[in-house]
Amino acid sequence: MALSIVHRATGVALYFGTLLLVWWLIAAASGPAAYAHVQAFTGSILGRLIAFGYTWALIHHAMSGIRHLVWDLGYGFKPSEREWLTWAALIGGIGITILLWIIAYAIGGGR
Amino acid sequence: MAEFALPKNSKITGGKEWPKPAGATQTREFRVYRWNPDDGKNPSVDTYHIDTNDCGPMVLDGLIWIKNNIDPTLTFRRSCREGVCGSCAMNIDGQNTLACTRAMDEVDDGAIKVNPLPHQPVVKDLVPDLTNFYAQYASIEPWLKTTTPTPQKEWKQSHSDREKLDGLYECILCACCSTSCPSYWWNSDRFLGPAALLQATRWVKDSRDEATGERLDNLEDPFRLYRCHTIMNCAKACPKGLNPSEAIAELKMKMVERQV
Repeated sequence: MALSIVHRATGVALYFGTLLLVWWLIAAASGPAAYAHVQAFTGSILGRLIAFGYTWALIHHAMSGIRHLVWDLGYGFKPSEREWLTWAALIGGIGITILLWIIAYAIGGGR
Repeated sequence: MAEFALPKNSKITGGKEWPKPAGATQTREFRVYRWNPDDGKNPSVDTYHIDTNDCGPMVLDGLIWIKNNIDPTLTFRRSCREGVCGSCAMNIDGQNTLACTRAMDEVDDGAIKVNPLPHQPVVKDLVPDLTNFYAQYASIEPWLKTTTPTPQKEWKQSHSDREKLDGLYECILCACCSTSCPSYWWNSDRFLGPAALLQATRWVKDSRDEATGERLDNLEDPFRLYRCHTIMNCAKACPKGLNPSEAIAELKMKMVERQV
């Protein structure tokens, strides 16, 4: 049940995260001044925390979504399979998020 | 609507601590939900200590010991005491299960907390009102429906067709699964719940039944079937080891199959 709740919570969080994405796009379309403003926010510690949380919410929701896709296809219902899928979604979501950020920092150098 | 808190008149207040049995060398503590419809008070949790040397190993044995030796007013359902009838379904240490098949040793150290099945109206103490649950079972029409003339002898079924009912026919309708399901807690007026849906699957998959289309028509509803969001509490709760969530997934697939 816990992961079902997390799946929904990340889904709700994604709506707000997407608002930030829209803010970024509008700023990019508005001009350099507005864009610099957004960049300053996303570059701050708080901005990075939110971006990290958004990345995790997105990846976790996708992993958990795959889990539900497997179930909807009629597989993975045995207790062992069920627990495996659940842990895989949780650990996979965290793992991929951290990996993405390591790659992002390696390429972008934290700009 | 989702309800996260108990209504005011269902909040647990106080409770009586009964003395330990005199002369007992080994005891186990029970914390049991009590509610009496006649005294107008809120529910409470009473504390009992049972003499484990004088009592059987199961939680139900403990409850019967309390009723016989400490407090005859304690009310609960029980009958077969071997996991066949489903009467003694209750919430033990946070898990819906049968009191007769859950050993006291299986419950973590400390007090054994016993509550009625969650989110159902309580009749008294550990007895839930399952009227709605049974009505939902009746609504899936759990009997063989045929249109072809009745054969001289029995309706025949091949071994492989009979095997399709394994994991479905064993359900004893104890309501452990349905009352563990958040979708059922919050939409039990419209969502049929895992037990009734597992039974529906049992009849949909029966090779002798000739009303499959009609049965699926009755389930094709945003609430009756599709309030199931594969939360999986039902499969974890089932004391018979059945898998209602898998049965529901099969129903959902059958809904799609007949459209393509």
